[in-house]
Amino acid sequence: MSEAADTATPSVPPAAPPGRNSIYRHGLIVRITHWVNAGALAILLMSGLNIFNAHPALYWGEQSHFDRPALSMQAVRGPDGTSRGITTLGPLTIPTTGVFGLSGASGRQEARGFPAWLTLPSQRDLASARHWHFFFAWVLVLNGLAYVGSGLASRHVQRHLWTPLRELKFIPHEISNHLRLRFPQGEAARGYNVLQKLSYFGVIFLLLPLIVLTGLTMSPGLDAAFFNALPTMFGGRQSARTLHFIAAAALTGFFIVHVGMVLISGVGNNLRSMITGRYVLPQPKVRPPKPEAAQ
Amino acid sequence: MKLDRRRLFAGALAAVGGLLMGGCNRLSASPSFQDFLISAQGLNRRGQRLFQTRMGLAQEFSAADISPAFRANGETNPKAPAYLALLANGFADYRLKVDGLVDRPLALSLEELRALPARTQITRHDCVEGWSCIGQWTGAQLGALLDKAGLKPSARYLVFHCADEWDGRPGQRVHYYESIDLYDAHHPQTILAYDMNGAPLPVAHGAPVRLRIERQLGYKHAKYVMRIEATDRLDHIAGGKGGFWEDRGYEWYAGI
Repeated sequence: MSEAADTATPSVPPAAPPGRNSIYRHGLIVRITHWVNAGALAILLMSGLNIFNAHPALYWGEQSHFDRPALSMQAVRGPDGTSRGITTLGPLTIPTTGVFGLSGASGRQEARGFPAWLTLPSQRDLASARHWHFFFAWVLVLNGLAYVGSGLASRHVQRHLWTPLRELKFIPHEISNHLRLRFPQGEAARGYNVLQKLSYFGVIFLLLPLIVLTGLTMSPGLDAAFFNALPTMFGGRQSARTLHFIAAAALTGFFIVHVGMVLISGVGNNLRSMITGRYVLPQPKVRPPKPEAAQ
Repeated sequence: MKLDRRRLFAGALAAVGGLLMGGCNRLSASPSFQDFLISAQGLNRRGQRLFQTRMGLAQEFSAADISPAFRANGETNPKAPAYLALLANGFADYRLKVDGLVDRPLALSLEELRALPARTQITRHDCVEGWSCIGQWTGAQLGALLDKAGLKPSARYLVFHCADEWDGRPGQRVHYYESIDLYDAHHPQTILAYDMNGAPLPVAHGAPVRLRIERQLGYKHAKYVMRIEATDRLDHIAGGKGGFWEDRGYEWYAGI
């Protein structure tokens, strides 16, 4: 779109001024679906945590063995009468007062899994949280199908997200580059590096389908469809609920690393490329000559 | 300079986040926005039923899978005097009323209910809160009961009126109620359960009779069922949304 505008107004200098290697990086559908996805995932995560708070415990298997949760967040009253928040993870008991199990302004702390600032709505409201969650689940799925459909048709997925086997050998090199916060420059920055390809592909084709399918498995209506294939696939409804939670945690981890990388590898350039599509290839830094001493 | 910009950026981000949260909370409290969000439930019902076959069964388990401690939720010990009187007499005076849009209104004793075509099933109970328990249920098939009463062609829903009382508007007590449509009413696993795990239904689980509607969440499985009313609409009953929890914001279609 912006390219059309460029050609239509020849008086404006070309979008890629000489020496600033500007490329058209993200197509319109990628940009739109990216931001819809970001918004939907944020709402799904926060409303999901509110739903979790209705029964802040996870189990493995078909049903809930209340005496042995895989994870639980609860408030317990100590011998001195004060409440504290604890999180149990298998055999471990971790004090988490203020964050998990018990949180809120001092003096008005309440027993709840995740704190109010992480849930949608903030207060405990399972009915509303379910409405948010199930509405934006449709948004997530339809948006994801639009993205994958157009990405396959345009061969964006095959060309830019799929990792050719020969690139796998760059993984150690890329990890060391990332750890030293060295990012590709010039022509090498044109495409995604191998870690980007693997993580984007993993999120889009493994993690997001996993979270959708485990979400569907929690539905008794759909469990009765497909000859009970959904709960069978995940080892039971409670396992599916636990996997749904783990997938949400993994997506949150991806989000944190993703935003971190966006921030430190040129936040303006990165954001612009996902808004207007235009991306300036970072040029290798030429060591500037020592500045002359101030006069 | 750079630091200031960064701090500004972080500040702006926090401000936007706060505004978004406040906005979402305000939106969440708006009934019309909730109605907009809940509009997806029609899609959920139709979508699920597209993949369910009409008589497709919920998964059934073996006796070894039965929960050692099946959690009782909602009302577990009704205090309504009429219910306590029935309980004191071992439900000998209990009569399940079937009325509304039927050709032959019924009032069945437990013995008569037990004489109807029955089904035993070991199924998983999924609470809207997120937990699941497995139990064995025996009860009269609702479809057979409806055939006996003869549904009028105009009947679209079945409303289950229950004995347990809950807080309604301030100072007011209301009875629990639930409703289902005929699609689920005629499903083979939809039963009026009078036995649980091989023994008469305990009070905590809805004695003497509770509904089992295995393809939906726990709150649809009305306990302490006293009367089944066939009706063509739901808007004239209580809050008009088709159930106690539905009147408090929960989805009428609870297959999700």
